[in-house]
Amino acid sequence: MELDRLVFTFFNLEIAREYWPDIVKGFVITVRLGLATIATGLALGLALAMLRSFQQRAVNWLIVLYADAFRALPPLMVIIILFFAFPYAGLPMSAFVATWLSLSLVLGAFAEEIFWAGIISIPKGQYEAARSTGMSAGWTLVYVILPQAVRLTIPPLTNRTIAITKGTALGSVVALAEILGSAHSASSLAGNPTPLTLGAIAYLVLFIPFVILGRWVETRFAWKR
Amino acid sequence: MEAIFQQFLNPAIAAKVFPYLLQGLGTTFLLSLLVVPLGLAGGLAVAVLWSLRRRRLNWLLICYVDFFRAFPPLVLLLFIYFGFPFIGIDIPAIFAVAIGFLLNTSSYYGEIFRAGIESVPRGQWEAARSTGLSWARMMLHVVVPQASRNVLPDLISNTLEVVKLTTLASVVAIPELLNAARNAQALTYNPTPIVIAALMYLVLLWPIVRVISRLEHKAVAVR
Repeated sequence: MELDRLVFTFFNLEIAREYWPDIVKGFVITVRLGLATIATGLALGLALAMLRSFQQRAVNWLIVLYADAFRALPPLMVIIILFFAFPYAGLPMSAFVATWLSLSLVLGAFAEEIFWAGIISIPKGQYEAARSTGMSAGWTLVYVILPQAVRLTIPPLTNRTIAITKGTALGSVVALAEILGSAHSASSLAGNPTPLTLGAIAYLVLFIPFVILGRWVETRFAWKR
Repeated sequence: MEAIFQQFLNPAIAAKVFPYLLQGLGTTFLLSLLVVPLGLAGGLAVAVLWSLRRRRLNWLLICYVDFFRAFPPLVLLLFIYFGFPFIGIDIPAIFAVAIGFLLNTSSYYGEIFRAGIESVPRGQWEAARSTGLSWARMMLHVVVPQASRNVLPDLISNTLEVVKLTTLASVVAIPELLNAARNAQALTYNPTPIVIAALMYLVLLWPIVRVISRLEHKAVAVR
């Protein structure tokens, strides 16, 4: 009896049938937002780490300032600033753009630090050997340093990317109709938490493969001690 | 420039909302004091249970950890906060936050402690046991202290993430810093309160970011 009520409340088939299209729409938005965030965040991080390896003092200082700031600020705080404060400066943006930009900036900051740690872990001899064969500094970075460095950064980068991509759910706070946003409004409409259950399942379907991938990557690319 | 300043860091509004934001900051601090120890204790429990090396138990622990690492914390929090009243249990927001954070952060801390415990050489375990320490005392006095020290950078870094995560409590109307700032912004029609809140996070958390960077670079240099 108790179980019946629980099932009726959290997995009401009728309500699930009515609202699942909303969740699917949210799922599509979450996937688009997540892919966009990963692409821009990782590209930004890699570009900044490469720029940093040229050791220009003023440039490095700015990069460190950026990376520190966006590692210190809570992602939700960044989203709120972009969405609620920037319109006052004449820069209104949609909930999607605000969430995407915030998460990209946060991921970019973490990725820059991880790529940079990878770059400086490559012995100086590698750089010197490449340069002595006549390669330019730029080619050395691209063909010699980065291929070795990126391999080392894969495990921490995978885990960090998953953690930040889960932040797409924060978009619901600025009324973005991604999975959580649409599940939440559907469950208020229905007066029943079933849409939230569906949303939770959607997140698990989306992220569990990546968590397992992260676990595999951790053993596959582990630091050789 | 002057106009931007008036808009985003308006001194009159700043002075008016500052005490209110300080109160929010105090709540954020107390909230962190609640959820960080909860997560640490939960994570340590997960890792110690893991080290018992019971096959079925370990399988369950991996399921637990992966499940809650795949679940966005905000989804978990809202599910607990809005779900429970439907089955007739009204829980205060702070309780929902405590449960949600315990489930989420204990899985992250658990993975960190597990890596730490595995990094303690087997000889240490055997030596401790051979001096007559019970299994529990060996864990408490020999393994866990060394394990924690080995993963200290990760522990600090995850603790920073947990403190930043307390902003989620604003969504269930706990009056922490972000919540206070948003209320103040709604009342004053001015972004100054949220800009000040962001500056507060920046000033208070930056030193921790620096410490983490130092520790991580040191770890790379040692290899």
